[in-house]
Amino acid sequence: MKCSEFLQELTNYLDGVLDARTKAELEDHLAWCHNCYVVCDTTKKTIEIYRDSHLYPLPEDLRTRLRSAIMAKCSKRKKLGGEST
Amino acid sequence: MSAIQPKLGEPISDELALVQAAKGGDVGAFEELVRRYDRNVFRIAQHITQNREDAEDVVQDAFLKAYSNLEQFQGQSKFYTWLVRIAVNEALMKLRRRRPERMVSLDEEVKTEEDSLPREVADWSPNPEQQYSQAELRDILTRTIQGLPPSFRTVFVLRDVEGLSTEETAEALELSIPAVKSRLLRARLQLRERLSRFFQKRDGGDGTK
Repeated sequence: MKCSEFLQELTNYLDGVLDARTKAELEDHLAWCHNCYVVCDTTKKTIEIYRDSHLYPLPEDLRTRLRSAIMAKCSKRKKLGGEST
Repeated sequence: MSAIQPKLGEPISDELALVQAAKGGDVGAFEELVRRYDRNVFRIAQHITQNREDAEDVVQDAFLKAYSNLEQFQGQSKFYTWLVRIAVNEALMKLRRRRPERMVSLDEEVKTEEDSLPREVADWSPNPEQQYSQAELRDILTRTIQGLPPSFRTVFVLRDVEGLSTEETAEALELSIPAVKSRLLRARLQLRERLSRFFQKRDGGDGTK
């Protein structure tokens, strides 16, 4: 397996959706190709860091304000809808 | 090396019941759906628009649109996937308005495969994120992901941050599965490449600053 072929399958490999044979071929490649091992390992870390990063939390006060605004408009629409039918 | 563990979502068994109740006029049931997904919608909107005010608008507009169009939700997909589709469209509209000079499309094809070929293959420190303070790390991660084209950024956020499956991401973005996979691979590789600058092992170091 060439490095470029490994890269094409990297996402499927990391997502665990490869058939057993392709997975074994990839792992065979990883065992001797240090560069691909590093790329694979650091890509996995990239995903995990972003997944655990909790960027853009919604502050509780803003959350309450947004929800109130949404629900007020929903209730109004429901009322209008009710009147029109 | 093991595969990434999928992110566990909240149980959705009662989701359909909430949607049915909301369709029947139970505003409280819809409020429960808002509570369940408002943080996710806000996060997705911020990632796409990169603007706090726009993200706030997207949260309101997406839930209102969902409420007004509940009858059209047939339950063939998860409510959340359907909601994300609405939210992504609202967010892209905001982005287009703010950047009319740039064509913003999820279909945008990004040049060649070359841009995703790894150049930086130095190993990272064992716990790279611990080299930085929380604030520094957040800044690095935010700036790095903001540098991706919107089409890559959106796929990465839905798939890897929000934990949607490939099929759900394809459905939410109205893209084919191969298109999602291709963008995801390139997004992951580009982020990895850019983060390597911050996280690679220092000379002779043990990974600490």
